Amino acid sequence: MNMSSLVRTGAGILMPFLLVFGFYIVLHGHLTPGGGFQGGAVIATAFVLLMVAYSYEIIWERISLEFLKNTETLGLMLFILTALIALVAGLAFFGNWLLGAGGLFGTPVSYGINPGDLNTGGVIPILNIAVGLDVLGAMSVIILTMLFAVRRDA
Amino acid sequence: MKKVLTWIFVAVFAASLLLCAAGLEFGAPAYRDMDDYMIAHGQEETGANNIVTAVVFDYRGFDTLGEATVLFTAVLGIGLVLRTLAMEDEEYEYE
Repeated sequence: MNMSSLVRTGAGILMPFLLVFGFYIVLHGHLTPGGGFQGGAVIATAFVLLMVAYSYEIIWERISLEFLKNTETLGLMLFILTALIALVAGLAFFGNWLLGAGGLFGTPVSYGINPGDLNTGGVIPILNIAVGLDVLGAMSVIILTMLFAVRRDA
Repeated sequence: MKKVLTWIFVAVFAASLLLCAAGLEFGAPAYRDMDDYMIAHGQEETGANNIVTAVVFDYRGFDTLGEATVLFTAVLGIGLVLRTLAMEDEEYEYE
């Protein structure tokens, strides 16, 4: 079942913007409102928009369920691994072992009210990305699988 | 009769809730030591400008871990319950 070409064109135009917006929310989780969970939900919404606009079979050919499941597992493993490395660094579980260490996300944060720098936050951006991958995979898998059951009954 | 009873119940319920809320002072929580501490020390302790993210991913990291696990369990359950449907459908295609 295809929607009208107006809906399909609109979905095609909106899709990249939704993806960019979702990844922006995930990456800037330690600076602006939002974070991994919200950004992952926005990205999953982009996939749902494609599912609504286009025929079901086309989506199944383009987006592999295995890929989404692997994304979900990868996110969860990255999350736990980042938390575990803190133990190696001599901190508590979930300790911020990258804070102020230089390099990726390691710039010391300037105190007080400031617009913020993307390259700060230590492990918090990494945890944000991990949760974003987790939520993106999980929500997409749940919606895709439920849609599969709905289509079978119809 | 049933409809009238429903509306009476809703009215009583809403009135009791509003009565409780009427005595509250909004914007002035009684216990705010934790809030003040996080706002004062959040940036230097976690390195995040966003206090909400600092709370969710640093002060209460275990909570976020549990949330991620809940999502994983949901996917696991969905896969277990609906997997047979998907496999049956594939068999139909092969016939």
